[in-house]
Amino acid sequence: MGKRSVIPFGPQHPVLPEPIHLDLVVEDEKIVEAIPNIGFIHRGLEGLAPDRDFQKYLYVVERTCGICSFGHGLGYVESIEGIMNVEVPERARYLRVVWAEMARMTSHLMWLGFTADAFGFESLFYEAWRIREKVLDLMEMTTGGRLIYSVLKVGGVLKDITPDMQKKILDDLNEIEKETREMTKTFLDDYSVQTRLKGVGVLTKQQAHDVGACGPMARASGIACDMRMRGYEAYSDLGFEPVVAQDGDSYARCEVRINEIFASIELVRRAFEHMPKEGDLSATVKGNPNGEYFARIEQPRGEAIFYSEGHGKPNLDRFRLRTPTFANLQALCETLKGAEYADVPILILTIDPCISCTER
Amino acid sequence: MGKVKKSPWLLHYDGSSCNGCDIEVLATLTPVYDAERFGVVNTGDPLQADILMITGGINQQNAPVVKQLYDQMPRPKVVVAVGTCACSGGVFRECYNMLGGADSTVPIDIYVPGCAARPESIMDGIMKAVELFQKRSDEHDQYEKEHKGEAGPVDPNINTARDKVKMQEMKGAADA
Repeated sequence: MGKRSVIPFGPQHPVLPEPIHLDLVVEDEKIVEAIPNIGFIHRGLEGLAPDRDFQKYLYVVERTCGICSFGHGLGYVESIEGIMNVEVPERARYLRVVWAEMARMTSHLMWLGFTADAFGFESLFYEAWRIREKVLDLMEMTTGGRLIYSVLKVGGVLKDITPDMQKKILDDLNEIEKETREMTKTFLDDYSVQTRLKGVGVLTKQQAHDVGACGPMARASGIACDMRMRGYEAYSDLGFEPVVAQDGDSYARCEVRINEIFASIELVRRAFEHMPKEGDLSATVKGNPNGEYFARIEQPRGEAIFYSEGHGKPNLDRFRLRTPTFANLQALCETLKGAEYADVPILILTIDPCISCTER
Repeated sequence: MGKVKKSPWLLHYDGSSCNGCDIEVLATLTPVYDAERFGVVNTGDPLQADILMITGGINQQNAPVVKQLYDQMPRPKVVVAVGTCACSGGVFRECYNMLGGADSTVPIDIYVPGCAARPESIMDGIMKAVELFQKRSDEHDQYEKEHKGEAGPVDPNINTARDKVKMQEMKGAADA
């Protein structure tokens, strides 16, 4: 048995895009225990809920995170619509699905880039981000923003996708799919990439269940949990199937996320097929929220839970948000046990950490 | 941008941003926007960095981290605040945990507005920072030339002319 020592990792570290601090207890090169310390990005935005009008608070919630901003907005408006029993027009529900899936594509492509960067494959990192820019261009064309979209409102959406835009999106998606398939070959078949991913950080199905992992992390361990199966918005009409892998290692997580990009492309296509050609974009919302509601939606990183409570005033009394990375941090500590020190950056990245979501 | 003799290295630290500006800073460095053609390169090591880019505001917990990163960087250095939150605190200004924009902790030279700041404006900020770095670097060389042979390097507490004035003000306030 070697000597134990503690290596601090973060908050500022070349591989980390966001600050998180881990105390790694190591024995020789093996990690015995990892103790996370979070709170470097804590802003306390849930505390702003009583000071803001519930319609305007949406723009604060969207800024919980710049990557999953659409998902956060969607969960919040769902929770308010749940309290007020608002019936969202059908076209708006489909438009929400389109934007949510395109946001998922940008997020997964970004993650692929970061992972490539973590194992030192710079050109692959650049390639993933180049494809991501094409999806961002489509988002910018339809919503006007690259990362923070602000197209949602309680009761519907603010902007429409015209037939011209729809044609352009479908054309570009073909191109994006083709390019992503080419890039996928390197991620899944390349020998040097496999040596860094295969068998690294295995999380068994039982472990994933015990620590309460969610999203691609749980799906890569063989648990078919995906909130989209709940059929919120228009997902119930689109015949959604979750993407699952069995191995539970970093390679499986990579595989799940890559296949989810293709699944999202397919969902966008189907949404355009089923979408009513015209119709209202939003329903009228009268009065103030009175009651409480839990909304659960699937974000790029997993299941997010939104709780809103209001008592007939323009301001909410309480807003609570549980984000997927918070659940997956436990899974990270589990996978780090017994791992090699050199694999730590990859393991941190395979949970797709979104620290600003976690700390709010 | 005038003639630049040196290639400054960039250090990026995410204060308490929502990730939006954070990702845009990285997007600026990738080939589509390619800020590296201006001679900058992204580094993770504060000891080798010349330009510090801060995204997001400052809260109680990360204030010492930002301060430490700033102190670890060698002189001369330039600090860029990217995004509305880093400039003023943004939508989170009234949150209980926030101290305010990045200028509440370290002196900021260049402010890049936007929520999230667009890659084009970040690039503009980088170009201004490169120019300013060149100017400071010239001043630094000039100072060393004039004080050649004197023991020790430049006064460790003085970074720029602006800091010098600030220090005198602080000293005056302490004396009064």
